[in-house]
Amino acid sequence: MTKMKKLINDPLKVADELVQGLVDAYNGECKLVGARSIVKTDIPDGKVALLVGGGSGHEPIYHGLVGRNLADGAACGDIFAAPPPNIVFEATEEVDKGKGVLYLYGNYAGDVMNFDIGAELSDDEDIEVETVLICDDVCSAPPTEKGKRRGVAGLVPIVKLAGAASQTAGSLQELAAVAQKASLQTRSVGVSMTPGSIPATGKPTFEIDEDKIGLGMGIHGEPGVAEIPMASADELVPKMLDLLVEDFEKDEDVAALAEGDEVVLFVNSLGATTMMELLIGLKIAKAYLEERGVKIYDTIVGPLVTCQEMSGISFSVTRLDDELKPLWDMPCQSVCYSKMEGRYGA
Amino acid sequence: MSKDTLTINEVRDMMLSVADKIIESEPILTDADRALGDGDHGVGMERGMTAVKEALAEKEFPTVAKVFQGVGTAMMSTMGGASGAIFGTFFRSGGKSLGDADTFGGEQVASFFQEGVDAVMSRGGAKPGDKTMVDALAPAAEKAKEVTGSPVSEALASVAAAAEAGKEASKDMIATMGRAKTLGEKSIGKPDAGAVSVAIIVATMSDYAQG
Repeated sequence: MTKMKKLINDPLKVADELVQGLVDAYNGECKLVGARSIVKTDIPDGKVALLVGGGSGHEPIYHGLVGRNLADGAACGDIFAAPPPNIVFEATEEVDKGKGVLYLYGNYAGDVMNFDIGAELSDDEDIEVETVLICDDVCSAPPTEKGKRRGVAGLVPIVKLAGAASQTAGSLQELAAVAQKASLQTRSVGVSMTPGSIPATGKPTFEIDEDKIGLGMGIHGEPGVAEIPMASADELVPKMLDLLVEDFEKDEDVAALAEGDEVVLFVNSLGATTMMELLIGLKIAKAYLEERGVKIYDTIVGPLVTCQEMSGISFSVTRLDDELKPLWDMPCQSVCYSKMEGRYGA
Repeated sequence: MSKDTLTINEVRDMMLSVADKIIESEPILTDADRALGDGDHGVGMERGMTAVKEALAEKEFPTVAKVFQGVGTAMMSTMGGASGAIFGTFFRSGGKSLGDADTFGGEQVASFFQEGVDAVMSRGGAKPGDKTMVDALAPAAEKAKEVTGSPVSEALASVAAAAEAGKEASKDMIATMGRAKTLGEKSIGKPDAGAVSVAIIVATMSDYAQG
């Protein structure tokens, strides 16, 4: 495979340079802290803080979710690697305004270990930390073992809801409970078609036959649970959504998706899949859900959780209840995701 | 000529040679990780070991422990990812167990590997057989306990052979941890990338001790 043409400098400084660029994009509203954290400059005293983070290379997440009514800060790792404990700690110290810090991030072994060590360092300084893991990828473990699931695109709606909740949360535990609920009600399924590349080496993140796609493949290119033949959108999208619906059915911790349920539907590109394809996917997914009586409360569509030039698509569904709906309605603004007052169709 | 023990400066130079060897092995580690993970292990180890060189080169250390702790801190704070946390924990905890020792002999080798692997298992939750770096480290620690009376050159040679055998044995295991776990039985046939790194690290420590 030909090496991708990448507009970079020193391959080992890609993460540092992109985070600086992100800070620049915020034009003073966020600042660079410590080795590689980005933190809002105007966090009010006494606010329960929300910290996200993870490996770089998946922009605009995770650090692009720092913003108004969203996350207060992000600990940024190197390309596809969890942030080291010292970076997590530096971010924690900066976002903490006396009410503690919620760590909200995708469930990967490296992230869990580094954030846990970061939490230990924070505890040494008497900063209270709670952790909620994002485990939305239904293809990565059965519903009885949700703790083993990877965190994928569902983090966008989950962080959106938690960010809104953090504006008024009275305590760290209260915020953690909302994040936990949003996490439980969010499920994602994805397919991957062609690999992205590791910026430092130019090598593809995985290999797959020309005529096959990876069902359930992770956003880092971890091989999927099954390789299936490439298919038309009309064939593939319902097959993917069947997995989501079945997962809500099989999971004893949540109710099945039922007539009258209201959901946020997020159609994500892994990077190279075009808006054209996402919109075709959205059309099919909307019809699929409405056929089952499920109402689309709002939609997100775009390349927000990516892996370089990897091609692939994922669908995430977040079921809203009376507690989550007003949180969803709150406007928000960031490089990754922004939402105005109101929504289409309301 | 076999060496009974290594001095603090020799331990430092041994770890500098490990750093060079790992940096040189980046393509091997990248390929090993691409087979089962996302291919970032080689670059991560290269970055960590580059920081190790900066932390150790031409520095003086009061104890052997401080050399290893310096290695661990450099790796943990620059690598990130699972590898940074785990290798950092290994060197820091293994090093810490050496207390005030100013030489590195058979006894210290045993203590270093045993405390190191225990800390890794408690941090990451991996057990022997899960197809992780523990599968190279645990047999290395077992062997180190058997050869505590040997000169350090012989002890490290035995420990290196055990780590190598452990790495080879990891080929037949099914991954249950980390990103490779979703591969299930498809992970059989290839060694764990972390175990490959451990085997290279211990082999290079042994090579240095042979003089």
